[in-house]
Parts: sequence; structure tokens; C-alpha cells
Amino acid sequence: MATPSNEVVGLTGARAAEEIRAGELSASELFDVYRRRAEADDLGAFLSVAERGPGSTDSDAPLAGVPLAIKDIFCVEGVPSTAASRILEGYRPPYTATVVERLVAAGAPMLGKTNMDEFAMGSSNENSPYGAVRNPWDRERVPGGSSGGSAAAVAAGLAPWSIGTDTGGSVRQPAALCGLVGLKPTYGSVSRYGMIAFASSFDQAGPITRDVTDAALLYRHMVGRDPCDSTSLDHPEAIALPGRERLDGVRFGVPPQLASESEGIEPGVLEVLERAIERIEDLGGSVEEVSLPHAEHGLAAYYVLAPAEASANLARYDGVRYGQRDGDGDLASLYERTRESGFGDEVKRRIMLGTYALSSGYYDAYYGRAQRVRTKIAEDFAAAFERVDLIVTPTSPSVAFRLGERTGDPLSMYMSDYCTVPMSLAGIPAISIPAGLSGGLPVGLQLAGPAFSENRLLEAARAIELAIGFEGVPVIADGRHAGEGPGA
Amino acid sequence: MIERDEVLHVARLARLRLSGEEIDRMARELSSVLDHIEKIGELDLADVEPTSHAVPLENVLRSDEPRPSLSRERALAGAPDPLEGGFGVPSPGA
Repeated sequence: MATPSNEVVGLTGARAAEEIRAGELSASELFDVYRRRAEADDLGAFLSVAERGPGSTDSDAPLAGVPLAIKDIFCVEGVPSTAASRILEGYRPPYTATVVERLVAAGAPMLGKTNMDEFAMGSSNENSPYGAVRNPWDRERVPGGSSGGSAAAVAAGLAPWSIGTDTGGSVRQPAALCGLVGLKPTYGSVSRYGMIAFASSFDQAGPITRDVTDAALLYRHMVGRDPCDSTSLDHPEAIALPGRERLDGVRFGVPPQLASESEGIEPGVLEVLERAIERIEDLGGSVEEVSLPHAEHGLAAYYVLAPAEASANLARYDGVRYGQRDGDGDLASLYERTRESGFGDEVKRRIMLGTYALSSGYYDAYYGRAQRVRTKIAEDFAAAFERVDLIVTPTSPSVAFRLGERTGDPLSMYMSDYCTVPMSLAGIPAISIPAGLSGGLPVGLQLAGPAFSENRLLEAARAIELAIGFEGVPVIADGRHAGEGPGA
Repeated sequence: MIERDEVLHVARLARLRLSGEEIDRMARELSSVLDHIEKIGELDLADVEPTSHAVPLENVLRSDEPRPSLSRERALAGAPDPLEGGFGVPSPGA
């Protein structure tokens, strides 16, 4: 009858919802189990935990009361929402992000707000003034970023599922480094209203989950046009829960530009990719090489365009309307001192980079050229999708790296995004699924498809996930999984 | 290589105050990132249209009808210095 709490933690979100509906699990007990676990968080994953659960949960709601960890970049009315920046310390938004509203309405109450790289700028979650987040697979290593708290929380069984945001890889890369599924949807398919802006032509919210079914289930309740975001669109298809087990007739393309040791991809990551490709062929899929000739320039274009947009977006933090204020009496010092004390190093670096790229005399050489590279990358994908249905690459060039390993060299940190930024530039959907281990650490496989091909992407990801059989259960400590008794 | 005075110029544009040590570090770090970025200078992009946005949407409009919006009180609730129903700031001439 009643499911023991350690087994509860081993359930995916969809399974927990089923058990609630079947009367085998109570939503309020489930919430309490996770609230206790989130409160005992010693990974630095949570910035705040909800004080109490939902008064009553409608177990007929699609998500049945299974609680959701929410990246601190999403505004929630009356709840501190800071994007992990000192400049927004104490800020309680007067409204809630559309995507949060939709998920709560579908039956997923907020469990808490998760740690992140400040303003989503980072690939390791070390750029948080509230402290780094540890990877539950190896506590001396990073969980990835910028949605590092959302990923670590799910990987450690502190939350059944979570949402993050992906600008250049911030859902996919932490999912990969923590052995989870992360979906970066088609740009525009999810409302950005109430999501604290980093780079508006890239930012998209996405689920971080234990398996592909959970990702599909959350995404289904996130999509759709929102009058409050003029760049949002209705998805042309209803999002289905994937059920496919074979890949007959599905054509996959591997671009050498994003899957070669010469491009800085670790050999252990490439070995896992090779094995995944064999699985795809076993399932009846065909795999061929496709070229994305400009993909290697994606990182350079991205690190012009995203900082440029950020420098404009973050101009709003001036100590006048919300957040922290500093200064010594005159208006110029109010602006400068507020921003000096409120922003962390990486945010300042990106604002400087973006301002430089947009400044008179450099605009054409940097911003203008980067926009044209963006066109070329989108054209490369369009040409590739004439020949194949989906593109396969590693998600991250490396497994989780050690805390502090890349903090002294911004460029080496930026290289973490090498395989994920091309899709962000093209606005197309991509999913990371765990494909195996290298040196005991998870390796993510990235699948990308044309705009609005999420159903195709999720179906293929589900079939590959089943074939690989990666244990998507949370790591409790020292590599032990939930539900394993002593000596199990 | 970015020079110190260029860093200071950009910091002024961005309304950021940097310490002496930060200026030197910023010059070094931005130079290393820009060295990488400058690789896109090698590409022939003469006839390529720029992309500002991945979704081909233009001029999304809604009907111009009054709707309820945030009240003054709620809009001012997070302000560091709410003043007489507005946002208090030091005089620009102060």
C-alpha cells in the first residue's frame, strides 16, 4: 500500500503522478518527503524551499501534485526571485512567470527555488553569490550551469523534476553532467514572460527530468502562445508522451564539427557517443555524417550576440525601481556603485564584452558579423535537415569538471557550450539524454531537430533511452542510488 | 589586445565602476575572449543577411484596449526609495 519514502524518491514524476491517481501515494505526503529532503540539501542546490505544500491538490490534475523545483530566474509572486544576483536581493516580484503559472495550474506545486549562475551566465554554477552547487555524482565537481541547482536537485533526489532556462546550453549541459534529461525547446514555443532576461533572442525555459517521458509531460504543460510575450507561438502539434521503441526509417546525422577530438571533445565522451550510435543502428535508425560547416564558429558568434543582448537587458538594474541601491548622493554614483556592488565578476565581464561589441567603431566587426554567422549556422542546419531527421552530438565536450578548474580562465569555461550554442543560434529544439558513463561520470547525448519537431525528438530520445537503459534514479550519496537497501 | 583606457571607456558606457585591479584583469580577460571571437573575421559574409531573431515574426500587435495593470502601490513595492508615489532618485544636478 503506502510506498516507503526512499522508494518514493526513486519514482519519476510521471510514475509518482500515476501512484497518486491510483491512491497508492498521497500528494501531500510526497510533498513533505521532498520538502524534508530539499531542506536537508547539502549540495547548495536550493536557494529557498516552500514553507508549506499546496492546501489541497487535485489528484485529477495532469501533474497530480508532484512538486516542482524552479530555477530562481523565474518570477513567482511574493517569493524572492533574484536570478542569484545580489542586485536583486530581497526582490519579491508582483507577478508570476507564465510557465510557472501553467505548471502550477497543471498540478505541480512549487517545491522551492534553485541556485544558478548569476543571471544564467555560466556553465558551472560557480558564478553564484550564494555559493557553488556540488554535483551529487562527485561532490568535488560542478553540476554544470547555469541551471546547476535544478539539475543537482533532481539528480540527488531532492526534487522529482525541475525547470531551468537555456540560453546557450544552460538546461542541456547541467542535465548531461548530472545524468539527467534536459530539453531546450524551439525558441518561441514557451513564454518568456516573468523569466528574468539574459539574452532575449535565445532564452527558453525547459524541463530537467529523470527520463524522457517526464520531460515530455512537463513540456506539454509549458508550451503555447502567451499574449504577454510577443515572441511566443502556439506549437503546431499537441505534445505526445513518447511510446516508440524502434527507430526504423529515422535518419540521424553526426556532424564531425561537433563530434571530433580535434574540436576538443574528450575521448571518453566520444566513446559513449560511438556506443550510442551503435544502439541507434540496432534500433533500425540510419546514421550518416552531415556537415555543419559553420558550427565551429557558433561559440564566437554566441559570445558576441548573447553578451550584447545582456548588456542591454541588464541596463535596467540601476538601483531605481527594484533591488539593491548603493551610491553616495549623486545620480551617476547611484548607477555606478549599485552596479559595481550588485553584479558579480562574470556578469560584469559579459556586460563589458557586450557593450564593447555594440560600441561605435566595433559594431560592424563584431555584432554585425556575428548576426551573419547566425544566419549561416541556421542555413547549415536547414541543409542538414534536408538529408536527415535528427542530428546527434555530445552535449558537453567533457564530463563534469572539478570545482575551480575553469574559474580562472573565462574562455575555457565558455568552451563548455561548444556543442550546444549552434542550436541556440538557430532557435531549434535539442534534448540531452544520459548515454553512459566516462570515468564514472555521466555523459550526455544531444539530439537536435528542426523547429517544432519536439514530438519527433522526444520519440527518438525515448527509444534510445530504453535501449541504453541508463539508471535514471537519483544518486543519494557516494554513487549509491535511491531504493538500494544496505548491501543491495 | 584591449588597452586600459578602452576598458575604462566601455565601463563608462556600461555605467560600471571598476577598481584598478579589475581594469587590468578585464583588459586581459576580454582580450583573450576577443582573440577567439575574431576568428569570425576570416569568414566571407559579404552577401549574408543578418539574423537578429530565430523566429520569423514581425510586428506582433494586439488591439489597443485598456486593461488592468499593476497598481501604483504594487509597482512601487520593491523600490529602494519610493517617494510621493514615484521612484525617488538623487537630483541629476546634485
